Amino acid sequence: MSDLLRRLLFLPPAASQHARDVDSLHFFVVITTMLAGLAIFGTALAFMIRYRRRGEDDRTPEIQPRHWHEALFIGVPLAFFLVWFAIGYPQFVESTRAPPGAMDVFVMGKQWMWKFAYPGGPSSLDELRVPAGRPVRLLITSRDVIHSFFVPDLRLKQDALPGRYTETWFQADAPGRHQIFCAEYCGLSHSGMLAELVVMKPEEFDAWIALQRRGLARAQDAAAVPGDLLAAGSSLVEQGRNVAAVQGCLKCHSIDGSRHIGPTWRDLYRRRERLSTGAVVTADEAYLTRSMMDPAAEIVDGYQNVMPTYQGKLTPPEVAAVVEFIKSLKTPAVRAGPSEGPVYESTPGR
Amino acid sequence: MSPLPAGDPPVYAARNYLNTPATGLRSWLTTLDHKRIGVMFLVATLVAFALGGVFALLIRIELLTPGPTIMDAMTYNRIFTLHGVVMIFLFMIPAIPSGFGNFLLPIMLGARDVAFPRLNLLSFYLYLAGAAIALWGMIHGGADTGWTFYTPYSTTTTTKVVPILLGAFVVGFSSILTGLNFIVTTHTLRAPGITWSKLPLFVWSIYATSVIQILATPVLGMTLLLVAIEHAFGWGIFDPARGGDPVLFQHFFWFYSHPAVYIMILPAMAVMSEVVCAFSRKNIFGYKAVAYSSLGIAFVGFFTWGHHLFTSGQSPYDAGVFGVLTMFVGIFTAIKIFNWVATLYRGSISFKTPFLYFLGFLFFLFFGGMTGVALATVSLDVHWQDTYFVVAHFHFIMVGSTIMAFLAALHYWWPKLTGRLYSERWGLVGAVLIISGFVFTFLPQFLLGNEGMPRRYFAYPARYQALNVASSAGASVLAIGFSVVLVYLLVALRHGPVAGSNPWGSRGYEWETSSPPPLENFEVVPAFERGPHEYHDLPAAAPGAGEGRHA
Repeated sequence: MSDLLRRLLFLPPAASQHARDVDSLHFFVVITTMLAGLAIFGTALAFMIRYRRRGEDDRTPEIQPRHWHEALFIGVPLAFFLVWFAIGYPQFVESTRAPPGAMDVFVMGKQWMWKFAYPGGPSSLDELRVPAGRPVRLLITSRDVIHSFFVPDLRLKQDALPGRYTETWFQADAPGRHQIFCAEYCGLSHSGMLAELVVMKPEEFDAWIALQRRGLARAQDAAAVPGDLLAAGSSLVEQGRNVAAVQGCLKCHSIDGSRHIGPTWRDLYRRRERLSTGAVVTADEAYLTRSMMDPAAEIVDGYQNVMPTYQGKLTPPEVAAVVEFIKSLKTPAVRAGPSEGPVYESTPGR
Repeated sequence: MSPLPAGDPPVYAARNYLNTPATGLRSWLTTLDHKRIGVMFLVATLVAFALGGVFALLIRIELLTPGPTIMDAMTYNRIFTLHGVVMIFLFMIPAIPSGFGNFLLPIMLGARDVAFPRLNLLSFYLYLAGAAIALWGMIHGGADTGWTFYTPYSTTTTTKVVPILLGAFVVGFSSILTGLNFIVTTHTLRAPGITWSKLPLFVWSIYATSVIQILATPVLGMTLLLVAIEHAFGWGIFDPARGGDPVLFQHFFWFYSHPAVYIMILPAMAVMSEVVCAFSRKNIFGYKAVAYSSLGIAFVGFFTWGHHLFTSGQSPYDAGVFGVLTMFVGIFTAIKIFNWVATLYRGSISFKTPFLYFLGFLFFLFFGGMTGVALATVSLDVHWQDTYFVVAHFHFIMVGSTIMAFLAALHYWWPKLTGRLYSERWGLVGAVLIISGFVFTFLPQFLLGNEGMPRRYFAYPARYQALNVASSAGASVLAIGFSVVLVYLLVALRHGPVAGSNPWGSRGYEWETSSPPPLENFEVVPAFERGPHEYHDLPAAAPGAGEGRHA
């Protein structure tokens, strides 16, 4: 019965007890609405047939309501509404309070990807892995504008706000894969800000997370600067990194190889880029500088012309520093953003 | 001033507001006559409606396929923003109050004009100025923020968001001045005999709307200005990167924009209270309940804005309070629905075009309202928030209902505005196309929302395509329906049969004067002894030039 209703209403599969509870309320609301609609429109239809105009000199009596009419008009809908609320509100309150012992995952939205950080340090891009049958608490924030973390199959949604954390929790029933959307409009690729929730068997998850932690430890040992996975070279590079952050370059250009509004800076230097005109250029110092001053002139194929010019916004030494910073991104010690398996294992020399 | 005795041919008033004092463009642009200002508002808002409608069709064409169809993502984001801004600020908020309200409110009060005619004209030019500023911004790039302008996205985007914000800001002043004018007019310029308990229900609802316009619009103006300032000068008001609070914007914005929903729906209710009485030839069931529930909606509407923030991290306590308060709006609306239906009891119901739109209105108001209360249950909102379910919900409740009322008003008062009748046969065709097209467009969107498709998506997973195609097909029916209405109304403007002062046999005060009304509304200052919705004491002769006359 409830499966039939779910299909009739186009609801996605329910992947948690909370989702099934919300669906029950949904069905109750739909059924009472339809019954009320039937009563009201049925009455109206009966009146319209019975009291249709029969002649130009029809006369109508003056009819005024009694108090009990209005009391009925207020009382009946109010009673129904409050019953709905009495079911729905506790469900909401429950969904905001994670049970003790829930596993924490930090969720960060940024234009236009989701980053998940697990206890102990491992992190992943656009894929959230959780164990089935255990409560998971999500601590959600954003690096830039407001996003909203939305899993239809869990009937779960929570905004990601820059500068503060919000939280929600869920407990998925069984292993499986579920779509994650961004539900708060966040710009150009809002509809491309997709991720996947992968629910694993608890023991498989435990093995996976252990592997992740080991890989991370090894990568940190290999890094030149503790805690920093990127090689930090000259002070000019450091300066370039600061300029890039302050001027907002990094809002559009990733440094970890992931696709973003603009092409990634990872391994960009001396890369052969195909332009929207079909021509191919080598991203040398001259091209990088031109792209900052007149971004619209040579657009890399597949990207949109959205970058503002930095002519006059950057001093020549700053431009040089940014170019040096881009050049320094040639030595990826570690690739971030795993999709399958232990990703931190691919350190050089292994 | 009794209705015309049966048998007299209907008369087109020779001296009317359309030809006095002059007919030239200059006499229109400098007019202080509330009727002409109302007509100018109607024309201007209809142009805005056509523009917003074109944007809507472009959106629906783009969403025919999961990937890019006719435009890129940036263009799509601009188009849906412009659709929202144009439809809300330039059509739905001003259309009924500033258009029909201006035309009708003084006549319904037996007054010669509004209290401040010059202010009234200023309000029209402010509307034009705001629209022009916004249009300039649209042509020079447009904004890509959505009509809600959520920060910090809106304060950091590189698109032309400032002119659009300033345009909406200026239009807001038009709204404030009109509201002020209506309130003062209602208090001071009622003709002898029109006590508060004999005010037409249209006036009650427009009065309630005016109160909201005056109290809420300044908050919107302030908020839009703050966003414009942050965008232009980088002040850290809403952007957390500069020490601001992004959720503060949402509180400010919805403090206006939720009551703004009632700025749109209360005038729709105003129209429908008139239409249901006139076409069932029956006194309204529960005059006081219908009148006071308008004030109730205006009041409670100020305390529900938090229901837009259930997923924004506000406390569960706040969510509960806002959820319950939201349901009270549903109660006031339910009172009206029950009373309108009860009005039909023992009436004499005539299925003219305005009544057909009343039926459509009832349908959209009921289902739009019930889905609204369902959203207020909080836990369901978490799933539906920012999905197509919400899109369908507000298109039902504020767009569907408002457009039904706008069209009902256009048809019901068309004889008063123009002195001529439209074709009832084509009226039926138009109403059926528009109502069915509207259902056909937005019913699939409820289901899309259930299935989880978020709004403002340029591209979507392929599993959502079938419902999107269905919705786009509905939109094309809707477009055909509007075109039909446009054509037969324009034809009626010149070739429609002469209507006479009261073709519907309505008891509303505005039907006591000739059609089109003279410059001073009534030849002599009228005195009313009966109420505007009393039908039990109709004179023995058939009321007015009734049906059969213009077949």
